[in-house]
Amino acid sequence: MKIGIIDYGMGNLFSVEQAVKRLGVDVVTSSDATELQMADALILPGVGAFEDAIKCLDRSGLCQLINDVAVSDKPLLGICLGMQLLFESSEENGQHKGLGILKGHIKKFSSIQYRIPHMGWNNLHFPQPESWLTAAQKTDGHVYFVHSYYASQYDEQQLSAYAQYADQVVPAIVHKDNVTGMQFHPEKSGECGMALLEGWLNTVQVKEQTT
Amino acid sequence: MLKKRIIPCLDVKEGRVVKGVQFVSLRDAGDPVELATFYNEQGADELVFLDISATVEGRDTMEDVVRQTASTLSIPFTVGGGIRTLEDMKRMLRAGADKVSLNSAALQNPSIIKEGADYFGSQCIVVAIDAKWSAEEDTWMIYTHGGRNRFERSAIEWAQQVAALGAGELLVTSMDGDGKKTGFDIALMTALRKVVNIPLIASGGAGNAEHFYEVFTEADADAALAASIFHYKETSVQQVKDYLRNQGVAIR
Repeated sequence: MKIGIIDYGMGNLFSVEQAVKRLGVDVVTSSDATELQMADALILPGVGAFEDAIKCLDRSGLCQLINDVAVSDKPLLGICLGMQLLFESSEENGQHKGLGILKGHIKKFSSIQYRIPHMGWNNLHFPQPESWLTAAQKTDGHVYFVHSYYASQYDEQQLSAYAQYADQVVPAIVHKDNVTGMQFHPEKSGECGMALLEGWLNTVQVKEQTT
Repeated sequence: MLKKRIIPCLDVKEGRVVKGVQFVSLRDAGDPVELATFYNEQGADELVFLDISATVEGRDTMEDVVRQTASTLSIPFTVGGGIRTLEDMKRMLRAGADKVSLNSAALQNPSIIKEGADYFGSQCIVVAIDAKWSAEEDTWMIYTHGGRNRFERSAIEWAQQVAALGAGELLVTSMDGDGKKTGFDIALMTALRKVVNIPLIASGGAGNAEHFYEVFTEADADAALAASIFHYKETSVQQVKDYLRNQGVAIR
């Protein structure tokens, strides 16, 4: 099994790459669509601004690749900004169109009740039982967030986990068929984060065996 | 619910942890990666590496330390010390650091904060402020060079400016309290809390678990940092967290 990490010039890929390797899985980090197509599953990481990210992806022909993967049965995992990109649009520095793979829009936190960014360890709530999350639920359930925008108007059926930040429900894991998004950084989230990554990698393995 | 963070700080010089760490359980107490792993196992929520190397070679070694730490651990960490340019930030973030901390470079050239925040996102940019109470100015003034030089600027004003420039977090060290173990500077942290809405890390003065409780409950700090009490095993990260949990503070 080989995991492809999509390198589009945004953010720190090293930690994601190392975390997957620690779980004993081969990784290829690339910006080349042809090379990424060979992987059994793809990770879309990302740190930075939404608009820059979409432009970088588009310029390198990677939007097409991601959209193709989304309608195939190959697993795709978006992390942090990578998850936000999967939605229809974002209001980060103006209105920008996203990949539109998941229903919903990215909004800025706006409340005097809490500080922005939402930065630090928060605990996950799991609204519905999903087998790939079982191992993570047995840990302390805390993951590391750093973000100023969050997903809204999403499909409740696709919400696998959320965190509570003052009065705001923060979608933490979204999941639709082969597409998964994590708003926090599993690669920086200790035991729970590693359990979530491992859970996701197991779904890739199962997929691989059945095809 | 978002949890209060406990952050051990490691001073690294030419790739080695200094300030004589006394751990019998470690093979090599001077190895930053080994010490980072030790604190991770104790439940540290985050780590700060402060590079105090004097040489170019030392700084290159720091990059290796960062890379090794990011390969070994899955908790966030910040690198500070000697970060002056966008290029310096890029090197550390690419090597696997989650945040970089700017101090004197930001004072000399505040626009570096905005450049960093625009390029990497605010969440990567920590601004470190060393502050000391001045009776004649009736406020806290900024100090540089480990507290030796006074910079003619109020820490409160500077905090507001750096937040407006896009800093994602402030690491505030009280030079009055640093090394004294008499508790964090509650008055300073409270004053800052009133003027900025970004996360605040309190530093300087930690002597026991009660001090962490005070700064979290009285000044509403988001995180608290300590070095020597952890290094010299006067208390452990785990003991501090157990105490806070028993007192009802939200802790991971």
